[in-house]
Amino acid sequence: MAEEAKAVVGELRASFKAGRTRPAEWRAAQLRAIVRMVEEREQDITDALHADLAKPSMESYLHEISLAKAACTFALKGLKNWMKPNKVPAGVTTFPSTAQIVSEPLGVVLVISAWNYPFLLSIDPVIGAIAAGNAVVLKPSEIAPATSAMFAKLLPEYVDNSCIKVVEGSVPETTALLEQKWDKIFYTGSGNVGRIVMAAAAKHLTPVALELGGKCPAIVDSNVDLHVAMKRLAVGKWGCNNGQACIAPDYVITTKSFAPELVDSLKRVLERFYGEDPLQSADLSRIVNSNHFHRLTNLVEDKEVAQKIVYGGQTDEKQLKIAPTVLLDVPLDTGLMTSEIFGPFLPIVTVDKIEDSIDFINSKTKPLAAYLFTKDKKLQDNFVSNVPAGGMLVNDVALHLANPHLPFGGVGDSGMGSYHGKFSFDCFSHKKAVLIRGFGGEAKARYPPYTTEKQKILRGLINGSFFALILALLGFPKEKR
Amino acid sequence: MAPAMVGTVEEKPKPLPLAIGIGGMVSGLREVYESGRTKELEWRQSQLKGLIRLLTDKEEEIFAVLHEDLGKNRGETFRDELGILVKSIKYTLQNLKKWMAPEKAESPLVAFPATAMVVPEPLGVVLIFSCWNLPLGLALEPLSGAIAAGNAVVLKPSELAPSTAAFLAANIPKYLDSRAVKVVLGGPIVGEELMEHRWDKVLFTGSERIGRIIMTKAAKTLSPVALELGSKCPCIVDWLDSKRDRQIAVNRIIGAKWSTCAGQACIAIDHIICEERFAPILIELLKSTLKRFMSKPGGMARILNEKHFERLSGYLDDNNVAASVVHGGDIDPKTLKIEPTILLNPPVDSDVMTEEIFGPILPIITVKKTEDCITYLKSKPKPLAIYAFTNNERLKRRIVEETSSGSVTFNDAVVQYALESIPFGGVGHSGFGQYHGKYSFELFSNKKAVFKRSFLIEFMFRYPPWDDSKIGTLRYVFSYNYILLFFNLLGLRR
Repeated sequence: MAEEAKAVVGELRASFKAGRTRPAEWRAAQLRAIVRMVEEREQDITDALHADLAKPSMESYLHEISLAKAACTFALKGLKNWMKPNKVPAGVTTFPSTAQIVSEPLGVVLVISAWNYPFLLSIDPVIGAIAAGNAVVLKPSEIAPATSAMFAKLLPEYVDNSCIKVVEGSVPETTALLEQKWDKIFYTGSGNVGRIVMAAAAKHLTPVALELGGKCPAIVDSNVDLHVAMKRLAVGKWGCNNGQACIAPDYVITTKSFAPELVDSLKRVLERFYGEDPLQSADLSRIVNSNHFHRLTNLVEDKEVAQKIVYGGQTDEKQLKIAPTVLLDVPLDTGLMTSEIFGPFLPIVTVDKIEDSIDFINSKTKPLAAYLFTKDKKLQDNFVSNVPAGGMLVNDVALHLANPHLPFGGVGDSGMGSYHGKFSFDCFSHKKAVLIRGFGGEAKARYPPYTTEKQKILRGLINGSFFALILALLGFPKEKR
Repeated sequence: MAPAMVGTVEEKPKPLPLAIGIGGMVSGLREVYESGRTKELEWRQSQLKGLIRLLTDKEEEIFAVLHEDLGKNRGETFRDELGILVKSIKYTLQNLKKWMAPEKAESPLVAFPATAMVVPEPLGVVLIFSCWNLPLGLALEPLSGAIAAGNAVVLKPSELAPSTAAFLAANIPKYLDSRAVKVVLGGPIVGEELMEHRWDKVLFTGSERIGRIIMTKAAKTLSPVALELGSKCPCIVDWLDSKRDRQIAVNRIIGAKWSTCAGQACIAIDHIICEERFAPILIELLKSTLKRFMSKPGGMARILNEKHFERLSGYLDDNNVAASVVHGGDIDPKTLKIEPTILLNPPVDSDVMTEEIFGPILPIITVKKTEDCITYLKSKPKPLAIYAFTNNERLKRRIVEETSSGSVTFNDAVVQYALESIPFGGVGHSGFGQYHGKYSFELFSNKKAVFKRSFLIEFMFRYPPWDDSKIGTLRYVFSYNYILLFFNLLGLRR
């Protein structure tokens, strides 16, 4: 296994050294190939996602396939510009000189992806790596085996195999890969494994980007268009892999007085979306495997928690299905409120005044995303200024990840590094500073022996004084011979 | 020498009291940070102004401690540490408001009405480890960035420059807000203890070996790190026709080697690569210019300590290396001075050619033609900086496009450190993470994406229950095909 991993890296290093991945034409060709793959094999991709997660084809299209295609087209459009060196001002101290920042690929990179959006979370970082000119290994999650197998079969049919490879496997294969030297590792998944990835990277001084999880809070104020807010909240929670998404709202905070109205509206929306028997709805993903199914059902086993269910709660172990479930005022020290749910349970926490929700959120670790529904501008400003998070949305949920002009990533326990759009390109690039001087502009004041006169001019030069520059360029201080 | 402060002089293990001390300090800092004080623009500005006052009020003392620690002369100290710092902090003050302002981002029309922006926010409580060779600069430059970004900061200066460390410990509390900016003195044990805690960012400047240890510890707490490590910075010297160009190149090479902490700097020139036929010319010019520059005593800093002195003189003990000495080679263990030494083609597998020299020894490696250096550069670990003295545009382009390094500077060396507009940092073995200028601010910030929508326009096809016609509509949305979308919404197309 270690031998295989070494061989894979060795082959990619040779390809990278040979310069295959550098030309814009190569990068564009790979990206266009991925677009073709997405278009020609949409059915295969949708089928794999359905096999792995019972994902409704609408979600597959909306959240995975279309976003992957959009990422490619955005990169194709921006590529030439992104690859161009960026001229920057050089200033008095090094006059005359020109300075620029040149983006170069890091080299050979590893992308380890997650099981919940197994197509998108694999291909999206790979797109960034390719756009930036790297050779890349993709290790799809083994917990979504159909999608992993689909990648292993389809990707080689479309892209340059000497530079882009898929390695399937679980812990042993991943460990073998992590022992190799990479120029960057991009990991999407849990904090526990994130720690393992970073520790392995430390041995080779490899920089990492970690897209981790957290409890994404959603504050709902009374000053809202409640029906629209509940629709958006619901589709962002249960319409995203039935809550198994890092950016799905994990819990809701609202005022004690508004909670009944909120719950009512939410119930009506849920019935509209999923019908009276949600377990029969084709529009709900199933839980990925029995491990997670039991993890989730355990969270609501405790009587103290179960009695707080105000809607839903139905489960079907054979089909691994859990219905959308809303709970009101569960005890704050239970698993449901202390760990990331990653499932269809939505606890509603109530506070006295809506502003208290900000302190509540900040008492927990920094989330990947935080949401606020309100028309109140002051509350919006308070929220933006005082809640640290990877990203935030006001009056909607999850959409920000679809905007390629916004960086997507976590902070604190929710991760480090960001991507999407040009940020993906930057994530896998080194920004090399290039300073170009000529042999003119020689300042004697730079060199020893350091007399007082020299120091005066040096002071001026460093402080950006034009006068000092002129003196220096004129050859002051004149040397006494 | 330095006044004895806790943890500096002796490194006897002091587990319990130290552990409680640091733990208490970190949680205290978190509380201060959570109170919001460091986020205010006025606080950040006052701290930066305080730093400038510290540097101007205490200028004489700074010259003194840097001379004590490293034998640095006033010119070097001003050029590399003091002057540059003041310039950089003034630049930060000038631009701070701009950097703190949210940046508008585009959003696609289908999200209309919506606003998108990126809002920089401080990471929280950050830790800075600085190195001994630029003990002031490598501490205060990142400190100014961390403060500008609104963080609470712990600074751990290197114990190997004890006078500067003590100076910082004594004066930072006087000029800055000591509740939010702390200096912790000590050696590796203190460093390890600090790394037991979670930080919102750790910046480490130093050796690869310790960099690995820091990152491994940081992984346990998911503390993001930036590592500024060392490397062998090569300097290519092309055949230069003009006598003037040659002299200027040599001036600048000497400035970037022996005039920069006696070569003990991560961006100092480590070794030279030049054509066989140019080497004698270069060596002669180096010799004569060195004589002029180093005519007065104190022209060059001394070696840090005995350990490094032995390491460096050890390079010259190797017989094959000793045989390659063409200038200098004299050492004085009493004063820890090694005179500027030039080697010509020492064996490529000798220690002096495989380890980062970090000292006043300059190997010159010759090649048949200058362009051969490209293959050489590509075979080595990526350095912090590549230097090249040349007028050949094609060579310049090849170096930029075919090699990788933290930075590249043509026809000069080390000066890139002074420019705020370009990022400073390594790649590969020379590290990751960049700072200086706006990059310092960003290194210590979280750029939070903020997307605001209104309740006004609702797209029904977003919601379940789903059917093919909704998917059809969405296809148009996602291809930003607004015309077809419009028709679709009017029911005129499938």
